[in-house]
Amino acid sequence: MYNQGKAFASPKNPGALCIQTRALDIGYADEVVVADINFELRPGEAIALIGTNGCGKSTLLKTIVGLLPLLGGHLSVFGAPPGNTPSRIAYLGQFHASGFVLPIRTTDAVRMGRFPLYGLWKRMGRQDDDIIFSAMRTMGIEKLADSPLRSLSGGQQQRTYIAQVLAHQADLLVLDEPTSGLDAGGRELYLQAINNELRRGASIIVATHDIQEEAALCHQVMLLARKVVAIGAPQDVITPEALLKTFGIVVTGDKRLQVIETKHGHGGSGPPDVTQEEH
Amino acid sequence: MDLLITPFSNNSFMLQALTAGILVSIACAIAGTFVILRGLAFIGDALAHGVLPGIAVAILVGFPGILGAAIGAAFMIGGITLITRRSRLSSDTAIGLLFIGMLSLGVVIVSRSNSFSGDLTRILFGEILGISTRSILIQLITTIIIAAIAIICARPFLLLSFDPEQAQVAGFSARFYHNIMLFMVAATVIVSFQTVGTLLVFGLLIAPAGAGALLARRIEVMIAWAILFGILSMYSGLLISYYFNLAAGASVILVTVLIFFIVFTIQNIRHRRLVHPRELKHV
Repeated sequence: MYNQGKAFASPKNPGALCIQTRALDIGYADEVVVADINFELRPGEAIALIGTNGCGKSTLLKTIVGLLPLLGGHLSVFGAPPGNTPSRIAYLGQFHASGFVLPIRTTDAVRMGRFPLYGLWKRMGRQDDDIIFSAMRTMGIEKLADSPLRSLSGGQQQRTYIAQVLAHQADLLVLDEPTSGLDAGGRELYLQAINNELRRGASIIVATHDIQEEAALCHQVMLLARKVVAIGAPQDVITPEALLKTFGIVVTGDKRLQVIETKHGHGGSGPPDVTQEEH
Repeated sequence: MDLLITPFSNNSFMLQALTAGILVSIACAIAGTFVILRGLAFIGDALAHGVLPGIAVAILVGFPGILGAAIGAAFMIGGITLITRRSRLSSDTAIGLLFIGMLSLGVVIVSRSNSFSGDLTRILFGEILGISTRSILIQLITTIIIAAIAIICARPFLLLSFDPEQAQVAGFSARFYHNIMLFMVAATVIVSFQTVGTLLVFGLLIAPAGAGALLARRIEVMIAWAILFGILSMYSGLLISYYFNLAAGASVILVTVLIFFIVFTIQNIRHRRLVHPRELKHV
C-alpha cells in the first residue's frame, strides 16, 4: 500500500532524488563507523535502517542532516551538500537533553517544528496554528496542548516530538528510533502518520528496531552492522540469514569475532551483551 | 508607607542605586533565563570571576573599570571556547581552573594597588551606592541591546535550549547562536559588576531566573517572573541595607537567594504528591 506514494512525487522538485550517496564513509572525527554506503531515496519513498545499537544507524542519519561531516565519498540531499536545505528536512533525534527543565507547553514544542520555514523574523499565521493542532491530533496529544512539556510522561513526550516533526510538513523526514518509548496506541498513530506523510509525497529515512511492522512497510531496507550487510526491498532483505549477519556475528577490524546477542527490549535502549572470542 | 519611599526620594544616591539596580535586574533576568535553560551556570560563574584581572589592571592604570571588564570577559570567552572545542577532559575541569586562575591573577594585580583591600572589596562586592549617571546610561543602553537580542533570537534561543542539534538541523547555526548567548551573558556581567560586584553578580543572574523557572510554563513568563523577583530584591535589599546599615550589594543578593528558596519550598510542598517526570519516563 505504501507504493501508492510513488504517484505523488514532491511537487517542489519532481523526479529529483531526495538522497543520493556514492561510496559514502561515515563516522566520527578519527573513526570510520560504516564505509562504502550506496543508496538512493526517491520522493514519496521510505527506507528503514536496521541493526544493533552502535551499528551506524544514528551516525548515518546525523551525517544526512549535516550534524556530522562525511569522511569520504559523496552524499547529496536534494541535490546539495547536507545541511543546506533545512526548510525541507525534519529531524527527530534520539535525545532531548533539556526536556525536563525547559518551561514550554506541548503546543510550543510542536510549533518549533515550523521554525525552519520561517527563519528569524517571518510571522506565523492562522494556517500554522491549524497545522500545529492537526499534528497534535494525529499523535493524540491535542488535549495536552496547554500542559507543560516537562509534566508529560516519556511516551507522551515522544508523541510530542513526533508531532513536532509532522508539523514541519517537510519533504524529507529523518527519524531516529521514533517509536522508542511509545505504547501500542502511540505506535499505531505513528504508523498511520508516516503513511500519510508518504502519500503527501514526503520521503522518510528511519532507524528502527521494528522489523515486523515498520520496516516491512518501507520501500527499502538497509541492514547495518558497522557495514552495509544488505540493502533492497524488505521481502528480499529481511531473511533469517541476513538478520543473523546483522544481529548475530560481526567481524570487527582487528580480525576478532564478536558474538553479539541483542536483547530486543522495547525501545532498544542499553548496550547489547557483548562477548568477545579470539579466533 | 513613608518608610518605604523616603529613603529613595530623599537621597539621590539611593535613587541612583535603585535605578541602576532595576536596569541590572532586567539584564540579569534575560541573560540568566538562558544561562539556566542552556545549563551555562558554571560558564556564567566563570565569566563573572574572569573579568577581575581586567578590572584590576584598569584600576591600576586609571582606565574605566568597565573597559577592563570587557577585555577580561573577551579573554575568558576565548579561553572557554578553545577549551570546549579542544578538550577531551571534561571541560568543567579546565574552565574551573581557568576561572580560578583569572581570579587569583586579579587579586595579585590588585595587591599592587595602594588601597588593596578597598579596591578589592569594591570589585568583588560592587559599590551600588556610588553609581555615576554615566554608568547608569551605559547600563540602560546595554539592557536595551540585551533585550533586543533576546527578542530577535527568540526562535534560535528556544531551539538551542530544547536541543542544539535540532537548532542546527532547523538552519540556525548552533555555534553562532551559542556564542551570541555567551556574549549576552558577558555583557550582563560587565555592566552589572559595578552594582553588585563580580562575586555577587552570579547570584542576580541565577536566583531570580531560577525562581522564575520553577513557576513558569513559558519562557516569556519565566523572564517576567525573573525581572519581578530581581527588582523586588533590589528594592528590598537597598531598603534593608539603609535601615540596618548593612552592605548594600550583599543584602540585595541575600534577598534574591531567599526568594528563590521560598519559591522552591512552596513549589515542593504543592507538588509533593506529584511524581517527578524523570520517574514517569520509566512507567
